[in-house]
Amino acid sequence: MSSVLADVLLVAALIGALALVHRPLGDYMAAVYSSTKHLRVEKWIYRSVGANPDAEMRWPAYLRGVLAFSAVGVIFLYVLQRVQDKLPLSLGFKPITPDQAFNTAVSFVSNTNWQSYSGETAMSHIAQTAGLAVQNFVSAAVGIAVAVALVRGFARSRTGDLGNFWTDLVRGTVRILLPLSVIAAVLLISAGAIQNFGDLHTITTLTGDKQAISPGAVASQEAIKDVGTNGGGFFNANSAHPFENPGGFTNLLEIFLLLVIPFSLPRTFGKMVGNVRQGYAIVAAMGIIWFLAVVAVTWIEYAHPGTASQIAGGSMEGKEQRFGEGPSSLFAVSTTMTSTGSVNSFHDSYQGLSGGVLLLGMMLGEIAPGGVGSGLYGMLIMAIIAVFLAGLMVGRTPEYLGKKIGTREIKLAACYILITPALVLIGTAVAMALPDGKEAMTNIDAHGFSEVLYAYTSASNNNGSAFAGFGANTPFFNTTLGLCMTLGRFLPMVFVLALAGSLAEQKPIPATAGTLRTEKPLFTGLLVGAIMIITGLTFFPALALGPLAEGLAA
Amino acid sequence: MNTSVVNTARMLWAALRMLLVLTLVTGVIYPLVVTGIGQAAFHDQANGSMVKADGKEVGSRLIGQSWSIKGTDKPDPKWFQGRPSNSGYDPLATGSSQLGASDPTLVKHVQAAKKQVAEFNRVSESEVPVDAVTGSASAIDPDISPQYADIQVKRVAEANGLTAARVERLVKDHTQGRTLGFLDQPRVNVLELNIALKEAAKN
Repeated sequence: MSSVLADVLLVAALIGALALVHRPLGDYMAAVYSSTKHLRVEKWIYRSVGANPDAEMRWPAYLRGVLAFSAVGVIFLYVLQRVQDKLPLSLGFKPITPDQAFNTAVSFVSNTNWQSYSGETAMSHIAQTAGLAVQNFVSAAVGIAVAVALVRGFARSRTGDLGNFWTDLVRGTVRILLPLSVIAAVLLISAGAIQNFGDLHTITTLTGDKQAISPGAVASQEAIKDVGTNGGGFFNANSAHPFENPGGFTNLLEIFLLLVIPFSLPRTFGKMVGNVRQGYAIVAAMGIIWFLAVVAVTWIEYAHPGTASQIAGGSMEGKEQRFGEGPSSLFAVSTTMTSTGSVNSFHDSYQGLSGGVLLLGMMLGEIAPGGVGSGLYGMLIMAIIAVFLAGLMVGRTPEYLGKKIGTREIKLAACYILITPALVLIGTAVAMALPDGKEAMTNIDAHGFSEVLYAYTSASNNNGSAFAGFGANTPFFNTTLGLCMTLGRFLPMVFVLALAGSLAEQKPIPATAGTLRTEKPLFTGLLVGAIMIITGLTFFPALALGPLAEGLAA
Repeated sequence: MNTSVVNTARMLWAALRMLLVLTLVTGVIYPLVVTGIGQAAFHDQANGSMVKADGKEVGSRLIGQSWSIKGTDKPDPKWFQGRPSNSGYDPLATGSSQLGASDPTLVKHVQAAKKQVAEFNRVSESEVPVDAVTGSASAIDPDISPQYADIQVKRVAEANGLTAARVERLVKDHTQGRTLGFLDQPRVNVLELNIALKEAAKN
């Protein structure tokens, strides 16, 4: 069978599996966040924490919960890395330096998982499983919680109550992320991903050389890394490492895992606002953008216009033989579009224009389908912008799901969409103006600039993948990228929760003949158009200097 | 004390307790349960899919190795060679060159690799497949393409005193197609092929 046909079947199998699962999973998640009952383990958790799981919170209280929990998470993870040598199972690794420990702590708490360290030579067993992997769970649960709070803002009326943050956090972790991860981890082990707490294992090869085989609780971390759209690899090579991603089956499984919650949440949203077709309009916009990007990157990779790729006869630099160009491209698009950032091939060595598409995928704000939770709330913000644009065209006060989009709402939405472009462009400009930017580049010319642009785009949008030639482990980059990750994660959440509060307080307005039908294909088209225009205008000049210049020169 | 300070402190204290409890659930119980299941049900895979030759562990089926003459970086003609590696197949330094697709340094690398592989295997440069001249992502890619294995057959057969037909047979036996017809690329596991080769050369 030809590669292209195999790739078509692969994409078809992936879409088929997602289509099959989104409905039960989406309905299940809606039930989880609407239920009034608590599991026994949850009751035990609430008791030991001293939280009342049934107390409703208004948006400022909900936000304080998010921020307090995340702040504590950063400090805990920072301390854990600084003292890892004094704890058991340290593998003899030294404490992480302060700037890198700060960077890594905010990186995992903000669901970014940007890594300026190499797992196999830096992080102890305890730091990995009880530190980094824990944030893989809870940062994902925080993302879903904030999205659910926004959905409740649409679904509820004449109240400021958005639910209880602690309850949403615990339920997301215990009822959604944990069961999915256990199943995924066992499947991964069965296919060859390792899962042990051993020591470095040195063997003598047939040539008489020595080789050190890494140990690790890899499968358990790999599972939540994908399910929670985190992306932080156990090893430096991330999902290109054969112990993380041993073959074609695990590759498909991992792509499925990182897409499954983001593509199912619109169903949850539809269910909770009482009209599943509203959810389908949203998921259609996500799916269209994702699919177009898959086609574009796969096509460019097979065409391999780059000079070196032409001589080599294909675009296999930085890709694994068991995956090849097509499945690598599918992974690359899915990981950049979901704010995951795990990689099964190195984006730095992709063709210039493919790199541009991957960058654009992140610049869209991680909404197609985006990270767990963050993808849905990002897309709902864009939907508000889209109904606002439509309202301007016909001169009507815009409304969405029976809620008026007034001055306050549109101001909050506008603030939301300004944050990441500001962080990306200012961050890149500062790095380029200082000697630090140039010193960090592995590549030259336009591609070198792309490495810096990619770093700030990835950090600010909480993606975490890199043009990994970029030498990120300096105090300057650990600090500035750390700030971008923090602000890029938590400032938008402030606006989302404020918006949710203001929507929940409104009384619903009945739909009339003049109401824009937001469950129709026309609206999906308007939404995709609005996303492309807003992002295109914002980032086009930066893209022109980097990947476009490189791609057109080849 | 100011009430907002008290409230903030109370909030942070609750958050810390929540974090510790969830650390217990997701950071201790979860990995231990998964490790338990993995070690019980998939002992071999969970511990690295190690392979043996003559009763001794000689590597992991999943981790590529260097097949150079010991102590040098010169490829040993008697072994099948893997893909170029950014770290000389050191599993503690995984990753790739990170060079862009049009980068002048990468152009030089590819040209040099093409020349070297062609001369080493005494084939023309046009017969050298892409995986033989491009660095893998992990630096420990365990596989090569069937085409890359094919062009090495003659050289390997000669160096081991075997017939080309015999070695060709070995390559064929160790070529894996696509699982279910669409998963994985066709590939040859270099370590397993070389173990079989050593066995054949002994007889």
